[in-house]
Amino acid sequence: MRMTTTDENLAGAAAKGDADAFAALLARHYDRVFRLAFRLTGRADQAEDLTQDICAALPAKIAGFRGQAKFTTWLYRVVVNAAEDARRRQASHSRAATGWGDVEQMRRAEAAETAEAVDWLQRALQSLPQDLQDTLALTLEDEMTHAQAADVLGVSEGTVSWRMSDIRKRLRALRQEELAQ
Amino acid sequence: MTDDLDDLKTLMNAATPVPDAQRRAENLSIAQENFNRAQGLQTGARPTDKRGRIARLTEGVKTMLNAVSHRGALTATTAIAAVALVMIVPQTRDYVVNPTSRAENRQAEPIAGILPTPNSESVHDGAVSDLQGLVADAPATSPKPRVRKSNAQESSSLGATMESGIAGGALYERAPSIAPSPIELDQRVVPEADTEAFANSDTNALKVTTEEPVSTFSIDVDTASYSIVRSSLMRGQLPPKDAVRVEEMVNYFPYAYLAPEGEMPFRPTITVSPTPWNEGTQLVHIGIQGELPQIAERAPLNLVFLIDTSGSMQDPTKLPLLKQSFRLLLSELRPEDQVSIVTYAGSAGQVLEPTAASERTKILSSLDQLEAGGSTAGQAGLQQAYQVAEGMAAEGEVTRVILATDGDFNVGLSDPDALKGFIAGKRDSGTFLSVLGFGRGNLDDATMQALAQNGNGQASYIDTLGEARKVLVDQLTGALFPIANDVKIQVEFNPTQIAEYRLIGYETRALRREDFSNDKVDAGDIGAGHTVTAIYEVTPVGSDAIRNGPLRYTEQVATDGSDEIGFFKLRYKIPGANQSQLIEEPIFAGQGVASEDVQFSYAIAGFGQLLRGGEYLGSWSYEDAIALANSAKGQDPFGYRAEAVTLIRLAETLAQ
Repeated sequence: MRMTTTDENLAGAAAKGDADAFAALLARHYDRVFRLAFRLTGRADQAEDLTQDICAALPAKIAGFRGQAKFTTWLYRVVVNAAEDARRRQASHSRAATGWGDVEQMRRAEAAETAEAVDWLQRALQSLPQDLQDTLALTLEDEMTHAQAADVLGVSEGTVSWRMSDIRKRLRALRQEELAQ
Repeated sequence: MTDDLDDLKTLMNAATPVPDAQRRAENLSIAQENFNRAQGLQTGARPTDKRGRIARLTEGVKTMLNAVSHRGALTATTAIAAVALVMIVPQTRDYVVNPTSRAENRQAEPIAGILPTPNSESVHDGAVSDLQGLVADAPATSPKPRVRKSNAQESSSLGATMESGIAGGALYERAPSIAPSPIELDQRVVPEADTEAFANSDTNALKVTTEEPVSTFSIDVDTASYSIVRSSLMRGQLPPKDAVRVEEMVNYFPYAYLAPEGEMPFRPTITVSPTPWNEGTQLVHIGIQGELPQIAERAPLNLVFLIDTSGSMQDPTKLPLLKQSFRLLLSELRPEDQVSIVTYAGSAGQVLEPTAASERTKILSSLDQLEAGGSTAGQAGLQQAYQVAEGMAAEGEVTRVILATDGDFNVGLSDPDALKGFIAGKRDSGTFLSVLGFGRGNLDDATMQALAQNGNGQASYIDTLGEARKVLVDQLTGALFPIANDVKIQVEFNPTQIAEYRLIGYETRALRREDFSNDKVDAGDIGAGHTVTAIYEVTPVGSDAIRNGPLRYTEQVATDGSDEIGFFKLRYKIPGANQSQLIEEPIFAGQGVASEDVQFSYAIAGFGQLLRGGEYLGSWSYEDAIALANSAKGQDPFGYRAEAVTLIRLAETLAQ
C-alpha cells in the first residue's frame, strides 16, 4: 500500500532508516528530479550527472528531513542547491560557459521540434540572469505554485511573482526585438 | 500576455529529454546502497569524528578492510592514492593538512556514510606509509572508486566537479582555491582535529631588556577566544591550545578602571604589583577605560546582516541561535535605526531591504524565513552587503556590516588578499565589518579574526544565548561606536631596573617597533565604554627569578638613579582623524593599588596561560587560579566572573 502513502510519511520513515520507504520515494520522484535538473542545467548529460550526484547524496540528507516543509519543496531545494553548486565550481575553474549558454549543445536536443524553436528557447533562457533562470526552471514544473517556488528558493512569494513578471517582460522584449529585425 | 511563457513551457517540455533508463536504474541502486550504508555507518561514523586523528586512522583501516574485498578495487585505489600523493608532495605541510581536514569535516556532516572512502589507506604498506603524517586525513582527498558512467566523465570533466560539490565535500585538491584559505592570510594557522582553524602564534618569549627594551602591540578588544574556550570546556574537552588567546580572555570581563576626565576619550591606569605565580617577578598591569557611552545621544545605526545560510548552519547552535540572537538585538535598536539582511550560500541575495527597526514584525518574519540549505555558493555576498550598506548610509549615521557564519567565508571573493583589500578599502570609507562566529566543527577563527581586524570591527563567538546577550545587547554600543581608532601601545623598559620582561598574550597583535609612530599602520579600536587590559610580567634587576644569566662580553648597564622601571606610550586616533595623538607616562615600581579588578584579571591571565601549557607559571595550578579568582570576584553583577570560576574548575578536572 506504499503508493498511497504520502511523500511526507515516506520521507519520515526513510529519515528513520526505512529502506523500502526510501526506495519508493526516490522511484516516485526520480523523473521529476531529472527534469528539473535538465531545466536548471540545459544539458542532458549534465542533468544525468547531477541526478546521479543527488541520488548519491540523498540518503545522508534524508536523515535531516524533519517534515517542516513539503517533501517536494525540500527535494527541489536540494536540486537547486546542487545545480548552483555545480555552476559555482564550473565558474571557479574558469571553464567555458556551458549549460543554457551553449548553443551547440542545444541544437542537438533530439526531442526538439525544430532547431529554430530550440534556438529561441536557448536565447530566451540565456538572456535571463541566473536567479530568474532558476525561478523559471522551478515554476515550469506542473502544479508548482509561486508560494512553493518561493519556499524552495528561500525568497518571499512576492519576490517570485515579481520575478515571473520580470521574466514575462523580458520575453516580450526579446520577441519584439526579434520581430523588429 | 501569457503566450510567451506558455510557448516557453511547451518548448521546454518538448526539449526535456527522458531520463536514460539504464542510468536511472544505476542511480537508484547507488542511492539504495548509500542509504543502507548510511544506516549501518551512522553509529560508527559519528564518534570517530570526535576522537581525533589516530582513532580515525585506525577506524578507517578497519572499515577499509571490511569494505574492500575486490582485488581490482584495491589496485584502483592504490593508483588513485599514488596520484594524490604526487599532487600533494610539492606543497608545504600546512597546506596539505589544512585543506584535507577541512574537506573531511564538510563531508562528514552532511553525508556521513555516503562516501566511506578510507580505501586510500589500503596502501599504507606502499609509498604512503612514509607520508602517513602528512596524509593522516587523506581519506577525504582521494576519490572513491565509484565508477561514473564513462562517457559522462569524458565528455565533461564537470562530472568530477559536481560530484565533489553535491556530495557536500570539497573532496578534491581544488577546493581550497574556492574558499579563502586562512593559510594565506597573514596569521599562521595550525590545523586542528576537525576543520577548525585558530589564529595564534607561539607564546611571547621572555625578552632581555638590554637586548630589546621596547615592546609594541596593537590593542585587542575581541572576546571570541573566551567563548570558544567556554564552549570547549562545556563540551567536556580542553580547548585546543591555539584557541586560547590570553588577552581576549582577560578582556572578556568588564572592569571598572578609572574613568577618563576632560577631553580624553579614554584613560590608562598602570599598576605594578607582585606576580601571583612567581615571587621573584612583578606584573605591570595596564588598564584602559574608554569613555562611558552616551546612550541617549547615539547616532542612528544602519546595520546590514550578512548571514551564512549554507547547509552546515542547520545545527541548533548555529542558525536558530543566530535568529534568537538577532531578536535580542532588535530590542536594542531604535525606531530611527535601519536593518537589512543579505544572505549568502543556500538562498542568496537580499532577503530584507533596508527597513526601519520599528517595523519589528517585518524584520522578524524575514528572519524566521531564513533557512539553511545547500552548499556555500555565495556569489558576491559581501559586495552586495556593502552595496546595501552604502545605500543606507547618510551623514552622521553609523553603518556596519555584520557577518554571521559558522566558518564558510565563501562570500564571493575567493582570493584572500583581494578579500582583505576589499574590506580594508570599505573600512576607510567608514563602513566597518564585524564577524559573529557560531557553532563548532567548522569554525574558522583565523579568518574571522583577520576579517574583523581588517574591517575595524570585532570578532565574537556566540556559543549561548547568554553570550549573544552580552555581545549584542549589553555591549552593543561599545561594539558599534568606536571612540578611538588604531590604538597602539609601546612600552620601553629601563634596563637598569628591569632585567627581563614578557607580554602576556597579544601574540597575534604584535607590531614592529617603527609601526608605532606610523599612522598608516592599522591597529585595534576602542569602543564606547570598553576596557582593555594588557599585562607584562617583569623581572627586576637582581631578582633570583632571572632566567637569562648575564653575558660575559656585554657591558653591564650602570644604575642611572632613576626609579622609573619603564615608559608607557600610547597612540590613538580620534575617529575620522588621520593624525594620531600621543599619551605618555613613566611607570614606577610599586605604582598603583592592585584592586579586585586587577587581581581578577591576573587570575584569568593565569588561567589562559595554564590552558596554553603554563610554561612560565612554575607550580602555579588551576587551584591557585580558582582561589585568586574567587577572592577577587567583586560585585560581579552579570555573573561573568562566577562563570569563569566554574570554567576553571572544569578545566582542572579535565586536565587531570
